[in-house]
Amino acid sequence: MITLLEARNIGKRFGGLQALSDVSLTIRKGEVYGLIGPNGAGKTTFFNVLTGAYTPDGGDFVFNGSELPSGKPHKVVGRGIARTFQNIRLFRDLTALENVMAGHHIRTRAGIWGVLTQNRFTREEERLTTERAYELLRYVGIERFADVVSKNLSYGDQRRLEIARALATEPQLLALDEPAAGMNATETGQLKQLIQQIRNDGITVMLIEHDVKLVMGLCDRVAVLDFGKKIAEDVPAVVQKDDAVIAAYLGGGKHAH
Amino acid sequence: METLIQQFINGLVIGSVYALIALGYTMVYGILGLINFAHGDVLMVGALVALQTMLFLMGMAPGMSPLVMLAIALAVAMVICMLLGFTMERLAYRRLRNAPRLAPLITAIGVSFLLQTLAMIIWGRNYHTFPQLLSTTPLQPIPGVFVTPVQIAIVVVSALLMVGLLLLVNRTRIGRAMRATAENHRVASLMGVDTNAVIALTFVIGAALAAVAGVMFASNYGIAHYGMGFMPGLKAFTAAVLGGIGNLGGAMLGGVVLGLVESFGAGYIEHLTFGFLNSSYQDIFAFIILGLVLIFRPTGLLGERVSDRA
Repeated sequence: MITLLEARNIGKRFGGLQALSDVSLTIRKGEVYGLIGPNGAGKTTFFNVLTGAYTPDGGDFVFNGSELPSGKPHKVVGRGIARTFQNIRLFRDLTALENVMAGHHIRTRAGIWGVLTQNRFTREEERLTTERAYELLRYVGIERFADVVSKNLSYGDQRRLEIARALATEPQLLALDEPAAGMNATETGQLKQLIQQIRNDGITVMLIEHDVKLVMGLCDRVAVLDFGKKIAEDVPAVVQKDDAVIAAYLGGGKHAH
Repeated sequence: METLIQQFINGLVIGSVYALIALGYTMVYGILGLINFAHGDVLMVGALVALQTMLFLMGMAPGMSPLVMLAIALAVAMVICMLLGFTMERLAYRRLRNAPRLAPLITAIGVSFLLQTLAMIIWGRNYHTFPQLLSTTPLQPIPGVFVTPVQIAIVVVSALLMVGLLLLVNRTRIGRAMRATAENHRVASLMGVDTNAVIALTFVIGAALAAVAGVMFASNYGIAHYGMGFMPGLKAFTAAVLGGIGNLGGAMLGGVVLGLVESFGAGYIEHLTFGFLNSSYQDIFAFIILGLVLIFRPTGLLGERVSDRA
């Protein structure tokens, strides 16, 4: 198995709160990796540090063999890590198609000069971007809403659109922050298929999720965070039976038995 | 009847200039939520740099065709103003991006004073005659109605620039990145947009438009001096608010509407006040409008429609 991402001793403190302490984990190419833990365990903070939105206080990330720049989100995207958000953050007033096209920004090069002169390169690039955006909308199953302003899409479709936008950045690692939040059983089922499809197409997936059934059914390996520390990392079946994990979720800890 | 048409034409001309300046205000507001009060002074710098370039060219190459001279002067003014816009953002506003809103606002006023004072040091306190390179002989399309070639050029060039800007913002990769950044900086950067570059570019484009507007303004009145940016700056800000600040179409509409109101107001104020006020009071109209809009329709004519933000 080839390692895609290695987090080494990541720490992040907000004032008096140690949101992450000494978190190390390894994600292998081609797997679906779950990151779970109780509310406030530091899962989303981990995503924020990984994607460059926050600068870690300690530790670093090695992605595809070289270190990730910290504090420069657009560079991290350029290296091949894309994410979605726990609370949907689309460009609300752009159409679905434009959202996906905006996601493709990092993979296109037309500068202000090309844009002003509309030279052949720019027009060709724009045509390919549009084509690719339609493809991705089709891929997540919302092609018919291409020209709908994204805030008018249904909740489930907005989630799909966020995934399409993230895929437009052509990531090697797709980080999904609670993609099933607020979804009904049917939608969750469709989401599961979509994630499997994405993995089969060669993109490694990292998943924060509360829906334990979804995580256990989908993930190859799972890490558990509690109060900013990693307390377990293994295949779902093992993690599920881990004492520390059970204690973290049910409260109390071993001594409370 | 002639007066009516004449005032309409005058209003359209000055309105086009307001619209160009207002676009700079509204683009920066749309993307940063900042009112860049130094924007009017960028216009002044544009006009004075163009003036300086023309004088230089007239000395160096007296035989040069006026049109070529004007084009060179305009290009130089645009480049200098773009650099100025870039520098302003980089040195003054970027480090205040996460500061309370009042801090960048006050800074903008400071930058405005700084630019005026620098211009005063460089070009002195006197009014300079702005060379008229286009013919100022008025045409008479209708008997009794006068239009100068300068005025025609102002309206045509403004219209072209505005259409160009709309296409840039709504149809291109760069424009998409601008709209994405306007909606949400953090998410845009997480989707791979270099938001610092996009914001810098917004200032640069606004400054280029202001440079053009400055040359037009100075050509229209035949005069340039260090304080000339203040009033059109305020008027254009009013135009941007009138149209709905943050909204590109709104800035254009607001500029033209304001120009027309002002022009008709100046033409008829004597009749309306039975001779008590004359046309030199025309400036009151802009600020009456600003007051009324802020009281009764703070979102402006077209509203702060985020979809058109940039």
